[in-house]
Amino acid sequence: MSEPTAQPADTTLTASPVDTPGESSVNTSPSTTIPRLDPIDAGRITASEAPRAVITATDVSCYYGSFRAVNEVTMGIGLHEITALIGPSGCGKSTVLRALNRMNDLIPGTRVTGTIAYHGMDIYAKDVDPIEVRRRIGMVFQKPNPFPKSIYDNVAYGPKVTGMKVSNMDDLVEESLRGAALWDEVKDKLKQSAYGLSGGQQQRLCIARTIAVKPEVILMDEPCSALDPIATSRIEDLMLELKEDYTIVIVTHNMQQAARVADRTAFFTAEAAEGHGDRTGHLVEFDETTKIFSNPADSRTEDYISGRFG
Amino acid sequence: MAVMTTEPPPSATRPLTAESQGEKNPQSVFFLVLLWLSLAFGILVLVVLIVTTFIDGLPRMDLKLFTNYTSQVDPSNAGARAAILGTILVIVTTAILAIPIGIAAAAYLEEFASKTSRFARIVELNVQNLAAVPAIIYGMLAAAAALAVGLSRNTVLAGGIALALLILPVIIVSTREALRAVPQEIRQGSLALGASPMQTLQRQTLPAAIPGIATGTILALSRAMGEAAPLLLLGALVFVQFDPNGLLSGFTTMPIQIFNWAGRSQEEFKQLAAAASILLLAMVIALNAVAIIIRNKFTTAR
Repeated sequence: MSEPTAQPADTTLTASPVDTPGESSVNTSPSTTIPRLDPIDAGRITASEAPRAVITATDVSCYYGSFRAVNEVTMGIGLHEITALIGPSGCGKSTVLRALNRMNDLIPGTRVTGTIAYHGMDIYAKDVDPIEVRRRIGMVFQKPNPFPKSIYDNVAYGPKVTGMKVSNMDDLVEESLRGAALWDEVKDKLKQSAYGLSGGQQQRLCIARTIAVKPEVILMDEPCSALDPIATSRIEDLMLELKEDYTIVIVTHNMQQAARVADRTAFFTAEAAEGHGDRTGHLVEFDETTKIFSNPADSRTEDYISGRFG
Repeated sequence: MAVMTTEPPPSATRPLTAESQGEKNPQSVFFLVLLWLSLAFGILVLVVLIVTTFIDGLPRMDLKLFTNYTSQVDPSNAGARAAILGTILVIVTTAILAIPIGIAAAAYLEEFASKTSRFARIVELNVQNLAAVPAIIYGMLAAAAALAVGLSRNTVLAGGIALALLILPVIIVSTREALRAVPQEIRQGSLALGASPMQTLQRQTLPAAIPGIATGTILALSRAMGEAAPLLLLGALVFVQFDPNGLLSGFTTMPIQIFNWAGRSQEEFKQLAAAASILLLAMVIALNAVAIIIRNKFTTAR
């Protein structure tokens, strides 16, 4: 067995591959029921031992032109879990999130190296259709972005364009709006413009729209940053409900939010590379949320969550 | 607290009503007056033009203007029937040719072409330059094109092609502006649901851009409506005593008819030209009103 401490801190990205089951059980407090998820071996772990990793990222670096925004991230996204990505601004957490469903493709000059596998399939492989990837891995954005259409059409849009076989669109719309805890508020005004809804309602409409196409994973890029605390709390409750059926990855600036909803938390930070001033983001620590917030392995994580920087 | 007995800072003693501030100083007033004069001049010229044209043309603003053909010898019974129908036919042809091509070209440049590709940059530069090419050059181009395909020059189709070429750059530029004004979030929201870029364009971006596209396109069409030079170069007829009846029919349009009447020596023809000018103005305003209606309809629908 190799010596884990021999590795430099910034390449020890997460629950280290050399963790033994014994160490794992030491870390697990009685209240924690989540088994450890080894990102690299996640695919090999059977369902009885641990939640299966839906997405595994291995040595993922993201570039904007020649600028390396994120360096060598390795982590796994567990099935039916909420994974939070936290860290100071500019640490590349949104970039990583967008890399997971190839939304980065839309920005000219972006490049991703390393491997991002969805159920073992490399989503950046040549023959992979990014549209197909986005159908399985949906996304909710920072600012609520309903389409300039009716509430009904907002939800029905995804199933229509993706060519889903829908026996009854009305039922699907209702089911999706119920799934996003919005149905009771909008059932009498489905034909009205989505722009008439409040910010929190708009964001839940965007979630309804996303689950209408029945993705497996939902990526959320700071979904509550434009919302007030009450709307935020509703979205958080909703995320905990959605977890039963979906796998969620959320980027958040709000550490309490990560602590409240996430099963696992990844802490990113950005540090200037040697020789030039560009700050490159990287993953510092990835672990169960309880561990990250109670007993982080890295001092930078502790500094950040205790409010000493960021 | 005891040391806080000093005088207030000097700025606090200065009155807030200093006369040299705001828009009351002489320079500002002078400039403001200049702005007003410029505005007044512009409006005054327009008003004088319209009023004198109205006074000149009013005697001939009668039904005969709409129902009768032009005449060489009888100005009191001459009308602009052929020119009205010709204008409508040519503008409809122009719209059918220019709008789909213009919107498609703009959509390609704005939504699909790589912003850094050399090809897209060259096309973009050329589109901007084409917007500045004199109208008569487009007439020559259409004449050459008509000749090349064995079409006679003075047909509705050739006229439509010339005017479509003329307004194509304007439509492309204004459509691109309208597409650019659609928030990026709309596109991302659509793509994140698994819509293809083409579906996103068809179902989200283009519909959201309709008000802007309609405004730009219709303003371009009303410019084409008043254009005489390229059509004259094509040899559009100045004396038409029949209704244009198809794409290959000879035709005349309002600006050409006005040009012809205004050049005659009899006073009655000058009256007729003034009356036809008012009619042309009304047609242009009607077209612009359509643009405003479309814009309002689609903006309130959101």
